[in-house]
Amino acid sequence: MKIELVINQTKKNLEIQPGETLLETLRANGYTGVKYGCGSGDCGACMVLMNDEPVNSCQILTASVAGESITTIEGVGTMDKPHPVQEELVKAGAIQCGYCTPGIVLSAVALLNRNPHPTDEEIKKAIDSHLCRCTGYVKIIEGIKNASERL
Amino acid sequence: MLPKGCNMESKKPTTDLKTVGFSVNKIDALSLSTGRAQFTDDFSAPNTAHIKLLYSPHAHAKIKSLDTSEALKIPGVIDIIHHGNVPAILHTTAGQGYPEPSPYDTLMFDSTMRFVGDRVAAVLAETPEIAEAAVSKIKVEYEILPALLDFEKATDDDAPKIHPEKGKGYLIGAPYFPEKNIAAKILIDVGNLEQGLKESDFTFTETFYSHYGSHSALEPHAAFSYLDERNRLIIVSTTQVPFHTRRICSHLLQIPIRQIRVIKPRIGGGFGAKQEVFIDYIAGMFTLRTGRPAKLVLTREEVFVSSRTRHPMRVTVQAGVQKDGTIHAIALNALMNTGAYGAHALTVLSNAGSKVLPLINKAPHQRFNGTTVYTNLPVAGAYRGYGATQGYFPLGQMMDIIARKLGIDVLDLYRKNAIRNGETSPIFEKLGEGKEGVEQIIESCGLDECIDRGAREIGWSGKRNKKIRNGAKVRGVGMACMMQGSSIPRVDMGAAYMKMNEDGSFNLQIGATDIGTGSDTILGQIAAETLCVGIDDILVTSSDTDFTPFDVGAYASSTTYLSGEAVRKCAEKIRLQILGVAAEMSRMPVESLTMKEKMVFYKGGKLSFEEICHYAMYTANQFQIQASESHFTTASPPPFAAHFAEVEIDIETGDIRVVKYVAAADCGQPINPKLVEGQIEGAVVNGISWTLTEEFLFNEKGKLTNPNFGRYKLYSAADLPDIKTIVVPTWEPTGPYGAKSVAEIGINGPAPAIANAIFDAIGVRLHSLPFTAEKVFQALKESAR
Ligand code: FES
Ligand code: FES
Repeated sequence: MKIELVINQTKKNLEIQPGETLLETLRANGYTGVKYGCGSGDCGACMVLMNDEPVNSCQILTASVAGESITTIEGVGTMDKPHPVQEELVKAGAIQCGYCTPGIVLSAVALLNRNPHPTDEEIKKAIDSHLCRCTGYVKIIEGIKNASERL
Repeated sequence: MLPKGCNMESKKPTTDLKTVGFSVNKIDALSLSTGRAQFTDDFSAPNTAHIKLLYSPHAHAKIKSLDTSEALKIPGVIDIIHHGNVPAILHTTAGQGYPEPSPYDTLMFDSTMRFVGDRVAAVLAETPEIAEAAVSKIKVEYEILPALLDFEKATDDDAPKIHPEKGKGYLIGAPYFPEKNIAAKILIDVGNLEQGLKESDFTFTETFYSHYGSHSALEPHAAFSYLDERNRLIIVSTTQVPFHTRRICSHLLQIPIRQIRVIKPRIGGGFGAKQEVFIDYIAGMFTLRTGRPAKLVLTREEVFVSSRTRHPMRVTVQAGVQKDGTIHAIALNALMNTGAYGAHALTVLSNAGSKVLPLINKAPHQRFNGTTVYTNLPVAGAYRGYGATQGYFPLGQMMDIIARKLGIDVLDLYRKNAIRNGETSPIFEKLGEGKEGVEQIIESCGLDECIDRGAREIGWSGKRNKKIRNGAKVRGVGMACMMQGSSIPRVDMGAAYMKMNEDGSFNLQIGATDIGTGSDTILGQIAAETLCVGIDDILVTSSDTDFTPFDVGAYASSTTYLSGEAVRKCAEKIRLQILGVAAEMSRMPVESLTMKEKMVFYKGGKLSFEEICHYAMYTANQFQIQASESHFTTASPPPFAAHFAEVEIDIETGDIRVVKYVAAADCGQPINPKLVEGQIEGAVVNGISWTLTEEFLFNEKGKLTNPNFGRYKLYSAADLPDIKTIVVPTWEPTGPYGAKSVAEIGINGPAPAIANAIFDAIGVRLHSLPFTAEKVFQALKESAR
């Protein structure tokens, strides 16, 4: 079946299978910054923004979100023009394997959009739905904090 | 005599470092944070077919019949492989150096199923969905066999036998008794334990249990294979060991090594899980059989059920101690569960002794007595800490027990008995990894400083034995000391190749395997330091078996220390070549030249690296400035650490919370301090999580009942205690720019430190992991009785 989605502010007409998750649709269409970590809504590696709210794309059927606006990591910043969150995570040493990073960046961007100066507790809460096995979260929290100070 | 310049003195402590010792940004971090970096599943090729596996639902069974005819009829199914149509080649999935010190007891597909999750067959189909549908149509008839699910009963006479045929055993000829379910056996004696215990004022015996654990690297295992234009098999793999993967695939697929190229792209964490080679050859087999690109990506559930875990271990510690706190005799008696197959069965066991006993090096009487047994449970493998974690859990608690009995501060007990600079341990020589070890004298040790600074940071003297109470909540502090190693001496080898480009940049090619650790960056920093350039001038390519030299891979805390020294030596050769060309250009003696900031200075002038490289390439006596180097070691200098935990326990519910955690570590000269801290923090949080919330739950048939992150609870950000990392710099003369390892040591602390803190709070000694609220509550109830 065909479906229309707005991905990173561009209208896209995509061919999908019924029963396909948004994670599968995005990855199949080249948005490979969206990652599979668990498929059960427990890790946040597949996080995207839907109408600016973080959602686990593995838990969403693509067919059910026709017409919605999706932001993936590819729509946040580029190597030449990274978002302050991306830059500050790099500087803080918050990126080890980086598999969790795209999802965390999106959650952090959503947090800072609605609350530009969060406390440590608010940052922890905002990224609590993400698992990161490499960093122990310490430097991720630091990086997001540093980004908030730049905004 | 060598010319002077920046950091010629790599073998002596120096304050004049330009890149080493600085937290430069990880070179792949920006591409990772923007989603540009490619992981295995991000690779694709036209016409890629997809693989799904069928797993045994039984812990122990024989396949009586296997019928794929219905499955093959499904449109889109391309091929199915199983024990009936692939060669039966015994091997080990442990990605270790050759010959591997693990028993050859595994087949690609077997007709005997030895755990719930053992693989029965694999389907190749046009889509993952079709493959999945076909898997459910394969008909298998099993003869169910009695299962061995209690590893403490494994050597009973009437226990079911998991590998009754001897198979090939160990290529290295290590003791192996599968007829008794024994996968490995070690007995090392120093002095005379019985006599030592007799001579001691006090003796202690306690038994502790470490449990299963999932590495839970966020990226699941994946492999993608295809044939290139010359029909060579290319395997893109989530591997920590690309060269071992190539070798093992060559063996299993029965094609020469030259026909295989293994590429390691970005890897989403490993922690030992990806030191196992168990899916790459399945993808490769399908590609060889069908010519199709083939992709296998495990689901999270498959990772839990069918990949690898931490080896559970029971350890009985015996100690003999004099009144003044001198430890006179110490023994670790270990029983380790390797699950259905013996991956790392010998070496994880040996490390529970070889990385642990040397900490208490002065005891004249020591023993390590270990046995590894098979069971019908998930297969264990390499996991960060690698046996040392399971050894420090008992040792760290025993130290606390001894100190309390003697009425001395446990910090003083460590200060009195722990190994120091200039000292050795008889264990170093007697016990290595799967064979005898290598004698070594400690040349760098910051343990005292780790203890002092950690104690200050946690507020030890104000909190220890104080049982500070707030309503139903009571606090306590505990600590533990530990060491690890840096690479496997006389076993591991890493190599590097470098060449110079006209703009004064350098390509650095290394077999070393960055799995998220930052080794590409650290090795780049070492090269940059040696060549007086910035990190941006080092172009790092790693882990491609066609284009980079050999390296054993990412394990045994080896990369910084071992591959780093290969890189330093290689860069040093390049440096001498540059100076040689500069001498020719300037007509000045080499000894009079100085290298600094991408320039060579001589009396009266200077030459830029650009000019030097252009001269070498285009002007006279032309040659490519290039070099290669290899490194192996005869030592494995341990990093040291002291960890401190403060816990708060609700005595009405058993709820336990880590309030503060302090990890002080000596890893020699940190090459990149932020990455060092990151290694420690990641290991500590993994360790706390394993200690408190992570648990494999099995039903009575041996089936894992919580194979998902919903019910296998990893620590997340909101669970975090206040974590303080203290890096205590020392200088290791045998390491590159004074560096030792740091990757694994941090995971050894949380279990004993938290256990000791629990005792400090509530006076209850917990002997078995994990420390769930129910367990603490039960223990409180029992102690009240
Ligand atoms: S993959 Fe969606 S939450 Fe883990
Ligand atoms: S950096 Fe590896 S999972 Fe977060």
